Amino acid sequence: MTETLILSLLTGIFVGISAGYLGSLMVLEKMALVGDALSHVALPGLALGILFNFPWFLGAFAFLFTSAVIIWYLGRVTKLSYETIVGAMFTLALAVGILIIPQTELLEALFGDITKVTILETATAVVISVIAVILTKLIYKKLVLGMISEELAISKGIDVSKTNLIYLLLVSLVVAIGIRIVGTLLVGFLVIVPAAAAKNVSSDLFKYAVLSASFGAVSACSGVLFSSYLNSPTGPFVVFSGIVVFAVTIFAKWKTK
Amino acid sequence: MGNDDDYVLTVSNLSLKLQNQTILDNVSFKLKRGTTLAIVGPNAAGKTMLFKVLLNLVPYSGKVEWAEKVKIGYVPQNIAVDDIPISVKDFLLFKDNVNVESSLSPVRLSNKNVADKTLGVLSGGQLRRVLIAWALADNPNVLLFDEPTTGVDHDSEEPIFITLNELKKKNSITILLITHDVHIVREYSDYLLALNRCVTFFGESKEIMNPSIQRIIYGETVCAGTPDEKT
Repeated sequence: MTETLILSLLTGIFVGISAGYLGSLMVLEKMALVGDALSHVALPGLALGILFNFPWFLGAFAFLFTSAVIIWYLGRVTKLSYETIVGAMFTLALAVGILIIPQTELLEALFGDITKVTILETATAVVISVIAVILTKLIYKKLVLGMISEELAISKGIDVSKTNLIYLLLVSLVVAIGIRIVGTLLVGFLVIVPAAAAKNVSSDLFKYAVLSASFGAVSACSGVLFSSYLNSPTGPFVVFSGIVVFAVTIFAKWKTK
Repeated sequence: MGNDDDYVLTVSNLSLKLQNQTILDNVSFKLKRGTTLAIVGPNAAGKTMLFKVLLNLVPYSGKVEWAEKVKIGYVPQNIAVDDIPISVKDFLLFKDNVNVESSLSPVRLSNKNVADKTLGVLSGGQLRRVLIAWALADNPNVLLFDEPTTGVDHDSEEPIFITLNELKKKNSITILLITHDVHIVREYSDYLLALNRCVTFFGESKEIMNPSIQRIIYGETVCAGTPDEKT
Protein backbone atom coordinates (compact mmCIF):
# COMPACT_ATOMS: atom_id res chain seq x y z
CA MET A 1 0.00 0.00 0.00
CA THR A 2 1.49 3.34 -1.07
CA GLU A 3 1.79 6.35 1.19
CA THR A 4 -0.66 8.28 -1.01
CA LEU A 5 -3.25 5.53 -0.70
CA ILE A 6 -2.87 5.44 3.09
CA LEU A 7 -3.30 9.22 3.26
CA SER A 8 -6.28 9.07 0.89
CA LEU A 9 -7.94 6.34 2.95
CA LEU A 10 -7.34 8.17 6.22
CA THR A 11 -8.76 11.39 4.79
CA GLY A 12 -11.68 9.48 3.28
CA ILE A 13 -12.57 7.68 6.51
CA PHE A 14 -12.52 10.82 8.66
CA VAL A 15 -14.29 13.06 6.15
CA GLY A 16 -16.83 10.28 5.49
CA ILE A 17 -17.57 9.95 9.21
CA SER A 18 -17.94 13.68 9.82
CA ALA A 19 -19.95 14.34 6.65
CA GLY A 20 -22.24 11.38 7.43
CA TYR A 21 -22.71 12.44 11.04
CA LEU A 22 -23.43 16.10 10.29
CA GLY A 23 -25.49 15.10 7.26
CA SER A 24 -27.80 13.06 9.49
CA LEU A 25 -29.09 16.35 10.89
CA MET A 26 -29.31 18.01 7.49
CA VAL A 27 -31.51 15.21 6.15
CA LEU A 28 -33.79 15.42 9.21
CA GLU A 29 -34.05 19.18 8.84
CA LYS A 30 -35.15 18.59 5.24
CA MET A 31 -32.13 20.65 4.24
CA ALA A 32 -30.55 17.95 2.07
CA LEU A 33 -30.42 20.29 -0.90
CA VAL A 34 -28.84 22.97 1.27
CA GLY A 35 -25.91 20.63 1.93
CA ASP A 36 -25.57 19.96 -1.76
CA ALA A 37 -25.90 23.53 -2.94
CA LEU A 38 -23.76 24.95 -0.15
CA SER A 39 -20.79 22.98 -1.44
CA HIS A 40 -20.90 24.83 -4.77
CA VAL A 41 -20.48 28.12 -2.93
CA ALA A 42 -16.91 27.01 -2.22
CA LEU A 43 -15.91 27.20 -5.89
CA PRO A 44 -14.86 30.89 -6.03
CA GLY A 45 -12.78 30.45 -2.84
CA LEU A 46 -11.18 27.40 -4.32
CA ALA A 47 -10.44 29.32 -7.52
CA LEU A 48 -8.81 32.15 -5.56
CA GLY A 49 -6.66 29.60 -3.71
CA ILE A 50 -5.44 28.20 -7.03
CA LEU A 51 -4.90 31.65 -8.58
CA PHE A 52 -3.01 33.14 -5.63
CA ASN A 53 -1.32 29.95 -4.53
CA PHE A 54 -2.71 29.46 -1.04
CA PRO A 55 -4.34 26.25 0.29
CA TRP A 56 -7.66 25.36 -1.39
CA PHE A 57 -9.15 24.51 1.94
CA LEU A 58 -8.74 28.03 3.31
CA GLY A 59 -10.32 29.69 0.28
CA ALA A 60 -13.19 27.21 0.22
CA PHE A 61 -13.79 27.55 3.95
CA ALA A 62 -13.71 31.36 3.85
CA PHE A 63 -16.45 31.38 1.22
CA LEU A 64 -18.49 28.65 2.91
CA PHE A 65 -18.20 30.33 6.30
CA THR A 66 -19.28 33.72 4.94
CA SER A 67 -22.12 32.13 3.00
CA ALA A 68 -23.31 30.19 6.06
CA VAL A 69 -23.49 33.42 8.08
CA ILE A 70 -25.32 35.24 5.26
CA ILE A 71 -27.77 32.33 4.82
CA TRP A 72 -28.43 32.17 8.55
CA TYR A 73 -28.91 35.95 8.80
CA LEU A 74 -31.19 36.19 5.75
CA GLY A 75 -33.16 33.19 7.05
CA ARG A 76 -33.78 35.02 10.32
CA VAL A 77 -34.60 38.38 8.77
CA THR A 78 -36.64 37.33 5.72
CA LYS A 79 -38.12 34.05 7.05
CA LEU A 80 -37.30 32.55 3.64
CA SER A 81 -36.30 28.89 3.81
CA TYR A 82 -32.59 28.05 3.83
CA GLU A 83 -33.12 26.16 0.57
CA THR A 84 -34.39 29.26 -1.22
CA ILE A 85 -31.53 31.46 -0.04
CA VAL A 86 -28.87 28.86 -0.77
CA GLY A 87 -30.47 28.26 -4.17
CA ALA A 88 -29.90 31.90 -5.09
CA MET A 89 -26.39 32.04 -3.68
CA PHE A 90 -25.02 28.83 -5.11
CA THR A 91 -25.86 29.67 -8.71
CA LEU A 92 -24.11 33.01 -8.35
CA ALA A 93 -21.07 31.38 -6.72
CA LEU A 94 -20.92 28.66 -9.37
CA ALA A 95 -21.04 31.27 -12.15
CA VAL A 96 -18.28 33.38 -10.57
CA GLY A 97 -16.18 30.32 -9.72
CA ILE A 98 -16.28 28.89 -13.23
CA LEU A 99 -15.33 32.27 -14.70
CA ILE A 100 -12.24 32.81 -12.54
CA ILE A 101 -10.90 29.29 -12.06
CA PRO A 102 -8.09 28.28 -14.47
CA GLN A 103 -9.57 25.84 -17.01
CA THR A 104 -6.80 23.32 -16.35
CA GLU A 105 -7.88 23.04 -12.72
CA LEU A 106 -11.64 23.10 -13.29
CA LEU A 107 -12.14 19.35 -13.54
CA GLU A 108 -10.17 18.71 -10.36
CA ALA A 109 -12.09 21.42 -8.49
CA LEU A 110 -15.44 20.06 -9.60
CA PHE A 111 -14.72 16.36 -9.05
CA GLY A 112 -11.80 16.31 -6.60
CA ASP A 113 -8.51 14.45 -6.72
CA ILE A 114 -7.58 12.73 -3.52
CA THR A 115 -4.44 11.24 -5.04
CA LYS A 116 -2.78 14.64 -4.62
CA VAL A 117 -3.52 14.80 -0.90
CA THR A 118 -0.58 15.78 1.31
CA ILE A 119 0.23 14.80 4.90
CA LEU A 120 -0.72 18.30 6.01
CA GLU A 121 -4.10 18.06 4.26
CA THR A 122 -4.76 14.64 5.79
CA ALA A 123 -3.86 15.93 9.25
CA THR A 124 -6.13 18.96 8.72
CA ALA A 125 -8.98 16.68 7.59
CA VAL A 126 -8.57 14.39 10.61
CA VAL A 127 -8.41 17.24 13.15
CA ILE A 128 -11.33 19.14 11.62
CA SER A 129 -13.45 16.00 11.34
CA VAL A 130 -12.87 15.10 14.99
CA ILE A 131 -13.64 18.65 16.15
CA ALA A 132 -16.76 18.86 13.96
CA VAL A 133 -18.10 15.53 15.24
CA ILE A 134 -17.47 16.40 18.89
CA LEU A 135 -19.05 19.85 18.64
CA THR A 136 -22.02 18.49 16.69
CA LYS A 137 -22.54 15.79 19.30
CA LEU A 138 -22.79 18.52 21.94
CA ILE A 139 -25.62 20.27 20.07
CA TYR A 140 -27.23 17.22 18.41
CA LYS A 141 -30.14 16.86 20.84
CA LYS A 142 -30.78 20.61 20.83
CA LEU A 143 -30.97 20.66 17.04
CA VAL A 144 -33.30 17.65 16.92
CA LEU A 145 -35.57 19.14 19.58
CA GLY A 146 -35.67 22.39 17.57
CA MET A 147 -36.77 20.39 14.51
CA ILE A 148 -39.49 18.60 16.47
CA SER A 149 -40.86 21.83 17.90
CA GLU A 150 -39.13 25.18 18.01
CA GLU A 151 -41.40 26.29 20.87
CA LEU A 152 -40.56 23.18 22.87
CA ALA A 153 -36.85 23.83 22.37
CA ILE A 154 -37.09 27.53 23.27
CA SER A 155 -39.23 26.74 26.31
CA LYS A 156 -36.42 24.44 27.45
CA GLY A 157 -34.00 27.36 27.24
CA ILE A 158 -32.37 26.41 23.93
CA ASP A 159 -31.28 29.27 21.65
CA VAL A 160 -32.46 27.63 18.41
CA SER A 161 -31.14 30.35 16.15
CA LYS A 162 -27.63 30.31 17.65
CA THR A 163 -27.52 26.51 17.59
CA ASN A 164 -28.47 26.53 13.88
CA LEU A 165 -25.66 28.99 13.14
CA ILE A 166 -23.07 26.83 14.93
CA TYR A 167 -24.31 23.83 12.96
CA LEU A 168 -24.12 25.64 9.61
CA LEU A 169 -20.55 26.69 10.40
CA LEU A 170 -19.58 23.11 11.24
CA VAL A 171 -21.16 21.92 7.98
CA SER A 172 -19.08 24.52 6.14
CA LEU A 173 -15.91 23.14 7.72
CA VAL A 174 -16.72 19.56 6.77
CA VAL A 175 -17.77 20.48 3.24
CA ALA A 176 -14.51 22.42 2.81
CA ILE A 177 -12.41 19.34 3.65
CA GLY A 178 -14.72 17.02 1.69
CA ILE A 179 -14.05 18.96 -1.51
CA ARG A 180 -10.53 17.47 -1.64
CA ILE A 181 -11.97 13.96 -2.00
CA VAL A 182 -14.98 14.34 -4.24
CA GLY A 183 -14.89 17.94 -5.47
CA THR A 184 -17.44 20.72 -5.18
CA LEU A 185 -20.02 19.04 -7.39
CA LEU A 186 -20.16 15.76 -5.47
CA VAL A 187 -19.36 16.68 -1.87
CA GLY A 188 -23.05 17.21 -1.19
CA PHE A 189 -23.44 13.50 -1.82
CA LEU A 190 -21.35 12.65 1.26
CA VAL A 191 -23.60 14.84 3.38
CA ILE A 192 -26.92 13.53 2.03
CA VAL A 193 -26.82 9.91 0.88
CA PRO A 194 -25.19 8.15 3.89
CA ALA A 195 -27.76 9.86 6.14
CA ALA A 196 -30.63 8.99 3.82
CA ALA A 197 -29.45 5.35 3.81
CA ALA A 198 -29.19 5.31 7.61
CA LYS A 199 -32.70 6.74 7.92
CA ASN A 200 -34.05 3.78 5.95
CA VAL A 201 -32.95 1.33 8.65
CA SER A 202 -33.07 3.31 11.91
CA SER A 203 -35.69 3.48 14.61
CA ASP A 204 -33.75 5.54 17.15
CA LEU A 205 -31.44 8.51 17.05
CA PHE A 206 -28.28 6.79 18.25
CA LYS A 207 -28.48 4.05 15.63
CA TYR A 208 -29.31 6.63 12.98
CA ALA A 209 -26.34 8.87 13.78
CA VAL A 210 -23.87 5.97 14.09
CA LEU A 211 -25.06 4.32 10.86
CA SER A 212 -24.98 7.61 9.00
CA ALA A 213 -21.35 8.20 10.04
CA SER A 214 -20.45 4.57 9.22
CA PHE A 215 -22.06 4.66 5.79
CA GLY A 216 -20.19 7.90 5.08
CA ALA A 217 -16.89 6.22 5.99
CA VAL A 218 -17.71 3.08 3.96
CA SER A 219 -18.69 5.12 0.87
CA ALA A 220 -15.58 7.32 1.00
CA CYS A 221 -13.26 4.43 1.78
CA SER A 222 -14.49 2.08 -0.93
CA GLY A 223 -14.56 4.96 -3.40
CA VAL A 224 -10.88 5.67 -2.70
CA LEU A 225 -9.95 1.97 -3.02
CA PHE A 226 -11.84 1.45 -6.30
CA SER A 227 -10.51 4.64 -7.87
CA SER A 228 -6.96 3.74 -6.82
CA TYR A 229 -7.33 0.20 -8.23
CA LEU A 230 -8.86 1.42 -11.49
CA ASN A 231 -6.72 4.57 -11.64
CA SER A 232 -9.79 6.80 -12.11
CA PRO A 233 -11.14 9.95 -10.37
CA THR A 234 -12.29 9.31 -6.80
CA GLY A 235 -15.52 11.33 -6.71
CA PRO A 236 -17.63 9.15 -9.01
CA PHE A 237 -16.56 5.96 -7.20
CA VAL A 238 -17.49 7.44 -3.84
CA VAL A 239 -20.92 8.17 -5.32
CA PHE A 240 -21.26 4.64 -6.76
CA SER A 241 -20.28 3.04 -3.42
CA GLY A 242 -22.71 5.22 -1.51
CA ILE A 243 -25.52 4.44 -3.92
CA VAL A 244 -24.92 0.71 -3.43
CA VAL A 245 -25.19 1.19 0.36
CA PHE A 246 -28.35 3.23 -0.16
CA ALA A 247 -29.86 0.53 -2.39
CA VAL A 248 -29.08 -2.16 0.20
CA THR A 249 -30.85 -0.15 2.91
CA ILE A 250 -33.90 0.35 0.68
CA PHE A 251 -33.99 -3.41 0.20
CA ALA A 252 -33.58 -4.00 3.96
CA LYS A 253 -36.42 -1.57 4.69
CA TRP A 254 -38.63 -3.26 2.12
CA LYS A 255 -37.84 -6.72 3.59
CA THR A 256 -38.80 -5.65 7.11
CA LYS A 257 -42.16 -4.19 6.08
CA MET B 1 -61.11 37.90 45.29
CA GLY B 2 -58.71 35.60 47.18
CA ASN B 3 -55.36 36.23 48.73
CA ASP B 4 -52.60 36.99 46.20
CA ASP B 5 -50.77 33.83 47.34
CA ASP B 6 -53.70 31.78 46.03
CA TYR B 7 -52.93 32.87 42.49
CA VAL B 8 -50.35 31.20 40.34
CA LEU B 9 -50.70 33.59 37.39
CA THR B 10 -51.72 37.22 36.99
CA VAL B 11 -51.97 38.71 33.51
CA SER B 12 -52.61 42.44 33.25
CA ASN B 13 -53.23 44.57 30.16
CA LEU B 14 -51.39 42.15 27.93
CA SER B 15 -51.15 43.18 24.29
CA LEU B 16 -49.26 41.63 21.41
CA LYS B 17 -48.70 42.91 17.91
CA LEU B 18 -46.96 41.00 15.14
CA GLN B 19 -46.21 42.64 11.79
CA ASN B 20 -48.58 45.49 12.66
CA GLN B 21 -51.45 43.08 13.32
CA THR B 22 -53.06 43.03 16.75
CA ILE B 23 -52.92 39.46 18.02
CA LEU B 24 -53.85 40.08 21.67
CA ASP B 25 -55.51 43.23 22.93
CA ASN B 26 -55.50 44.27 26.57
CA VAL B 27 -55.92 40.78 28.00
CA SER B 28 -56.21 40.50 31.80
CA PHE B 29 -57.06 37.56 34.06
CA LYS B 30 -55.95 35.81 37.24
CA LEU B 31 -55.65 32.08 37.81
CA LYS B 32 -55.88 30.22 41.13
CA ARG B 33 -53.32 27.60 42.06
CA GLY B 34 -54.36 23.98 41.44
CA THR B 35 -57.22 24.84 39.09
CA THR B 36 -57.81 24.15 35.42
CA LEU B 37 -58.40 27.02 33.01
CA ALA B 38 -59.92 26.22 29.62
CA ILE B 39 -59.15 28.75 26.90
CA VAL B 40 -61.63 28.86 24.03
CA GLY B 41 -62.21 31.05 21.00
CA PRO B 42 -62.44 30.98 17.23
CA ASN B 43 -59.46 30.32 14.97
CA ALA B 44 -56.86 33.13 15.01
CA ALA B 45 -58.27 34.38 18.32
CA GLY B 46 -54.75 34.48 19.81
CA LYS B 47 -55.00 31.37 21.99
CA THR B 48 -51.70 29.78 20.99
CA MET B 49 -50.01 33.19 21.00
CA LEU B 50 -51.22 33.67 24.56
CA PHE B 51 -49.33 30.48 25.47
CA LYS B 52 -46.25 31.76 23.67
CA VAL B 53 -46.47 34.95 25.72
CA LEU B 54 -46.90 32.98 28.94
CA LEU B 55 -43.79 30.98 28.01
CA ASN B 56 -41.96 34.22 27.22
CA LEU B 57 -41.30 33.13 23.64
CA VAL B 58 -42.48 36.38 22.02
CA PRO B 59 -42.13 40.06 23.04
CA TYR B 60 -45.31 41.65 24.39
CA SER B 61 -46.56 44.67 26.31
CA GLY B 62 -48.36 44.50 29.65
CA LYS B 63 -47.65 42.27 32.62
CA VAL B 64 -47.40 38.50 33.03
CA GLU B 65 -46.66 37.56 36.61
CA TRP B 66 -46.11 33.95 37.61
CA ALA B 67 -46.02 33.04 41.31
CA GLU B 68 -42.61 32.22 42.78
CA LYS B 69 -41.10 28.76 42.17
CA VAL B 70 -43.35 28.07 39.21
CA LYS B 71 -42.09 25.35 36.92
CA ILE B 72 -43.91 25.12 33.61
CA GLY B 73 -44.48 22.04 31.47
CA TYR B 74 -45.61 22.69 27.91
CA VAL B 75 -47.45 20.43 25.49
CA PRO B 76 -47.55 22.04 22.02
CA GLN B 77 -50.35 21.54 19.51
CA ASN B 78 -48.14 20.18 16.76
CA ILE B 79 -44.78 18.53 16.71
CA ALA B 80 -42.94 17.34 13.62
CA VAL B 81 -42.07 13.70 14.25
CA ASP B 82 -43.18 11.83 11.13
CA ASP B 83 -39.82 12.06 9.44
CA ILE B 84 -37.49 11.78 12.43
CA PRO B 85 -36.20 8.38 13.61
CA ILE B 86 -36.55 9.19 17.27
CA SER B 87 -37.81 6.71 19.85
CA VAL B 88 -40.02 7.56 22.81
CA LYS B 89 -37.04 6.83 25.06
CA ASP B 90 -34.76 9.20 23.06
CA PHE B 91 -37.37 11.93 23.30
CA LEU B 92 -37.91 11.64 27.05
CA LEU B 93 -34.17 11.52 27.66
CA PHE B 94 -33.82 14.96 26.06
CA LYS B 95 -34.71 16.09 29.58
CA ASP B 96 -32.02 15.65 32.20
CA ASN B 97 -32.18 12.97 34.91
CA VAL B 98 -35.34 11.36 33.58
CA ASN B 99 -36.35 7.79 34.31
CA VAL B 100 -38.25 6.63 31.23
CA GLU B 101 -40.33 3.99 33.00
CA SER B 102 -41.48 6.24 35.81
CA SER B 103 -42.24 9.04 33.32
CA LEU B 104 -44.53 6.83 31.26
CA SER B 105 -46.50 5.18 34.06
CA PRO B 106 -48.47 8.30 35.18
CA VAL B 107 -49.80 8.69 31.63
CA ARG B 108 -50.76 5.01 31.51
CA LEU B 109 -48.22 3.96 28.93
CA SER B 110 -46.19 0.83 29.33
CA ASN B 111 -42.44 1.18 29.11
CA LYS B 112 -42.24 -2.28 27.52
CA ASN B 113 -44.72 -1.45 24.77
CA VAL B 114 -43.81 2.07 23.70
CA ALA B 115 -40.34 3.09 24.95
CA ASP B 116 -38.52 1.75 21.90
CA LYS B 117 -41.16 2.74 19.39
CA THR B 118 -40.51 5.61 16.99
CA LEU B 119 -42.61 8.69 17.82
CA GLY B 120 -43.90 8.78 14.24
CA VAL B 121 -45.62 5.37 14.51
CA LEU B 122 -47.57 6.13 17.70
CA SER B 123 -51.31 6.71 17.56
CA GLY B 124 -52.55 10.26 18.17
CA GLY B 125 -53.58 9.35 21.72
CA GLN B 126 -50.25 7.68 22.51
CA LEU B 127 -48.31 10.65 21.14
CA ARG B 128 -50.33 13.07 23.26
CA ARG B 129 -49.59 10.92 26.32
CA VAL B 130 -45.90 10.88 25.51
CA LEU B 131 -46.00 14.67 25.22
CA ILE B 132 -47.70 14.90 28.60
CA ALA B 133 -45.07 12.54 30.02
CA TRP B 134 -42.38 14.80 28.54
CA ALA B 135 -44.00 17.90 30.03
CA LEU B 136 -44.33 16.22 33.44
CA ALA B 137 -40.88 14.62 33.42
CA ASP B 138 -39.21 17.35 35.48
CA ASN B 139 -42.12 17.76 37.89
CA PRO B 140 -43.74 21.03 36.79
CA ASN B 141 -46.47 22.64 38.85
CA VAL B 142 -48.09 24.33 35.85
CA LEU B 143 -49.03 22.59 32.62
CA LEU B 144 -49.82 24.44 29.38
CA PHE B 145 -51.71 22.18 27.03
CA ASP B 146 -52.46 23.38 23.47
CA GLU B 147 -55.39 21.57 21.81
CA PRO B 148 -55.11 18.30 23.74
CA THR B 149 -57.24 16.34 21.29
CA THR B 150 -55.48 17.31 18.05
CA GLY B 151 -54.95 14.12 16.05
CA VAL B 152 -56.61 11.98 18.70
CA ASP B 153 -59.50 9.66 17.85
CA HIS B 154 -62.70 10.18 19.78
CA ASP B 155 -62.28 7.12 22.05
CA SER B 156 -58.84 8.25 23.19
CA GLU B 157 -59.89 11.80 24.13
CA GLU B 158 -61.65 11.08 27.40
CA PRO B 159 -58.88 8.91 28.92
CA ILE B 160 -56.38 11.72 28.35
CA PHE B 161 -58.48 14.15 30.36
CA ILE B 162 -59.16 11.59 33.06
CA THR B 163 -55.39 11.11 33.35
CA LEU B 164 -54.84 14.86 33.45
CA ASN B 165 -57.45 15.26 36.16
CA GLU B 166 -55.84 12.52 38.25
CA LEU B 167 -52.43 14.12 37.88
CA LYS B 168 -53.85 17.50 38.81
CA LYS B 169 -55.39 16.16 42.01
CA LYS B 170 -52.36 14.07 42.94
CA ASN B 171 -49.69 16.70 42.29
CA SER B 172 -51.70 19.95 42.70
CA ILE B 173 -50.85 21.00 39.18
CA THR B 174 -52.42 24.10 37.64
CA ILE B 175 -53.52 23.39 34.08
CA LEU B 176 -54.17 25.83 31.23
CA LEU B 177 -55.64 24.13 28.20
CA ILE B 178 -56.72 25.39 24.82
CA THR B 179 -59.72 23.53 23.48
CA HIS B 180 -62.71 23.76 21.16
CA ASP B 181 -64.66 21.06 22.97
CA VAL B 182 -67.57 22.30 25.11
CA HIS B 183 -67.79 18.91 26.86
CA ILE B 184 -64.13 19.10 27.90
CA VAL B 185 -64.61 22.65 29.19
CA ARG B 186 -67.62 21.64 31.26
CA GLU B 187 -66.28 18.37 32.64
CA TYR B 188 -62.58 18.98 33.09
CA SER B 189 -62.01 22.66 33.78
CA ASP B 190 -62.83 25.03 36.62
CA TYR B 191 -62.54 28.34 34.81
CA LEU B 192 -63.14 29.50 31.29
CA LEU B 193 -61.34 32.23 29.36
CA ALA B 194 -62.91 33.11 26.01
CA LEU B 195 -60.58 34.94 23.68
CA ASN B 196 -61.10 36.75 20.44
CA ARG B 197 -57.92 38.83 20.55
CA CYS B 198 -59.44 40.45 23.64
CA VAL B 199 -61.13 38.63 26.52
CA THR B 200 -64.80 38.08 25.64
CA PHE B 201 -65.58 36.09 28.77
CA PHE B 202 -63.81 35.02 31.95
CA GLY B 203 -65.59 33.10 34.65
CA GLU B 204 -66.57 29.66 35.87
CA SER B 205 -66.59 26.90 33.28
CA LYS B 206 -70.16 25.83 34.00
CA GLU B 207 -71.24 29.12 32.43
CA ILE B 208 -70.42 27.69 29.04
CA MET B 209 -73.82 25.99 29.11
CA ASN B 210 -75.50 29.37 29.39
CA PRO B 211 -76.86 30.32 25.92
CA SER B 212 -76.16 34.03 26.40
CA ILE B 213 -72.52 33.26 27.29
CA GLN B 214 -72.28 30.94 24.29
CA ARG B 215 -73.46 33.78 22.06
CA ILE B 216 -70.68 35.96 23.43
CA ILE B 217 -68.05 33.24 22.97
CA TYR B 218 -69.06 31.96 19.57
CA GLY B 219 -70.96 34.96 18.22
CA GLU B 220 -69.73 38.35 17.11
CA THR B 221 -66.44 39.74 18.37
CA VAL B 222 -67.49 41.78 21.35
CA CYS B 223 -65.06 42.39 24.16
CA ALA B 224 -66.73 42.19 27.51
CA GLY B 225 -64.30 44.44 29.36
CA THR B 226 -61.89 43.62 32.15
CA PRO B 227 -62.11 40.44 34.21
CA ASP B 228 -62.99 42.38 37.35
CA GLU B 229 -66.12 43.62 35.68
CA LYS B 230 -67.11 40.09 34.73
CA THR B 231 -66.35 37.98 37.79
